[in-house]
Amino acid sequence: MTSPSDTSKSDTPRSGTPRSEAAGRVNPLGKLRGWPLTFLLAGVTGLSIAPFYWLVVSSTRKDTEVFDWPPKLLPGGSLGENLSHLEQKIGLLRVVGNSLLVAGVQTLGALVVALLAGYAFAKFRFRGRTLLFALLFSTLVVPEQVMLVPLFKMMTNFGLLDTYQALILPGLCVPFAVFLMRQSLSSLPDELLDAARVDGAGEFRVLFSVVVPVMRPVLAALSIFLFLGSWNQFVWPLIALRSPGMHTLPVALATLHGNKSNTDYGAILSGTALSTLPMMVLFLVLQRQFISGLLAGATKG
Amino acid sequence: MSAASPPAALAGRSAAPRRSRLRRAAVPYLLLAPALLTFGVFKAYPVVESLLLSFTTGSGAATRDAGLANYRRLLDDPLFWTALSNTGEILVIQVPLMLGLALLMAVGINSALVRWRTVWRLGVFMPSVTGLVATGVIFAYLLKTDDGAVNRVLNAVGLPSVDWLGQPVWARMAVVVVLTWHYTGYNAVIYLAGLQSIPRELYEAAMVDGAGPIRRFTSVTVPALRPVLLFTVVLSTIGTLQLFDEPYVLTGGGPDNATLTVSMYLYQNGFRYYDFGYASAVAYALTLLVTVLGAVQMRLMGERDK
Repeated sequence: MTSPSDTSKSDTPRSGTPRSEAAGRVNPLGKLRGWPLTFLLAGVTGLSIAPFYWLVVSSTRKDTEVFDWPPKLLPGGSLGENLSHLEQKIGLLRVVGNSLLVAGVQTLGALVVALLAGYAFAKFRFRGRTLLFALLFSTLVVPEQVMLVPLFKMMTNFGLLDTYQALILPGLCVPFAVFLMRQSLSSLPDELLDAARVDGAGEFRVLFSVVVPVMRPVLAALSIFLFLGSWNQFVWPLIALRSPGMHTLPVALATLHGNKSNTDYGAILSGTALSTLPMMVLFLVLQRQFISGLLAGATKG
Repeated sequence: MSAASPPAALAGRSAAPRRSRLRRAAVPYLLLAPALLTFGVFKAYPVVESLLLSFTTGSGAATRDAGLANYRRLLDDPLFWTALSNTGEILVIQVPLMLGLALLMAVGINSALVRWRTVWRLGVFMPSVTGLVATGVIFAYLLKTDDGAVNRVLNAVGLPSVDWLGQPVWARMAVVVVLTWHYTGYNAVIYLAGLQSIPRELYEAAMVDGAGPIRRFTSVTVPALRPVLLFTVVLSTIGTLQLFDEPYVLTGGGPDNATLTVSMYLYQNGFRYYDFGYASAVAYALTLLVTVLGAVQMRLMGERDK
């Protein structure tokens, strides 16, 4: 532990500095000591971002330039060409549409399911409450893979294999989302709800005109989290989908990538960029909600 | 009810509250109905069905009872043990490496000396927003032996090329590299949130007692972060045990099954050979592993707390 990270501990003041100055001020020695650490973090951040940058550059370059060395550092003008190749190979528009539809409906559905259930658990006493809650959470320790075979059999029996329903239905109940909604709703004062009830509002009125507006930030964070998970899901769609026209973006990309006879790297990489960039933009715009959504489980741990 | 005789009016008046009380009692169940329905059909039922399937063999109408045969077969199946040891090797190398790096990153970003902390926090978190398939595709190209960027960089600093995806040991390391790239920043941000909730007074007290930076790290930071550390260790372990997407895209399980994971083996048996009974047995072996390892970790790390 003699790495520069040790300097981080000097964010508390050197001995002799009055305590009141601890909050924001840094002494000159500390200021100098900060630079190596800043450079180190810049390096780490560079490593984190470099693959994206390479992806963006490669997806806008000609197929033959992808493996050039020294690498091309600036984006080129072939993005349109790459995307149109990809459209020919996998039906890009259709595939992106599939992904958007599935992720959108699933997010909305899971959000409503979690909101209603979380509200019931947080604000009502009823018979079987503890038992039902425990039941919901017992499946958190069960790996998702356990459900694959029965789900496949079920969808086959329902005749739903290779449909949007097969992808959407299993993702409607997200126990973690229910848990998160319950946690956030418990901190909502009962007086707020009672006031609305006294005014004669029915229970569902209370939920949608009092609770939902107040919970908007939590719902936003949760919906980003759900959308991200749904947009990127892979194993189940890989199993449940047959025809290329039904493929979601990750399945289509993995299939094209797995086809060794395809060597149009530019096309694949432009599709990969397309699958990544919406998330990046969303993340950069809504970083606070993003991080709080993804960390929600951690802080409760 | 239109007859306004006193008893009828009374009955009417007492029935209304009772009906509304009944309706109130039904509200939580109505609210829970969508969750319970979807949970029952798409979660609880599959979990039970899978267990039952693991005691059967054959498929469709030819399904028959097999007792423990699938589990016995599992114990004698060299490929299952290969998958298990691959997964174990990746787990044992990757999880400590990643969490160690994440902790250092978090301590670094948390330092008041560092400039532009928000930028670094944002930057290191970005990989975890990427889909796993996208990550696999990107790294499949970056790690190409002949002309991939990683080997070009290695060559540029005088190191030999590595046959990342062609050599068994290196292929597993490639998976480790990809996992580490993808999840380190996420864990760092979790640690960062933990670090920011440690009261400053603890550090000040430690300094008054003459503790240096290393001592403060081991005696204040690490104990205070213990719950968060436990959370990330358990989460990463469970996640790595279920590894599927990255090796599927990156190496397809090869070369020579060197990156075949337990989840991939389950997938092969279930959806390439349609051996549902055996796939279910693999699934339950995985569940057992996840539960036992998770419980052991919680026990070990929880106890040191006291």
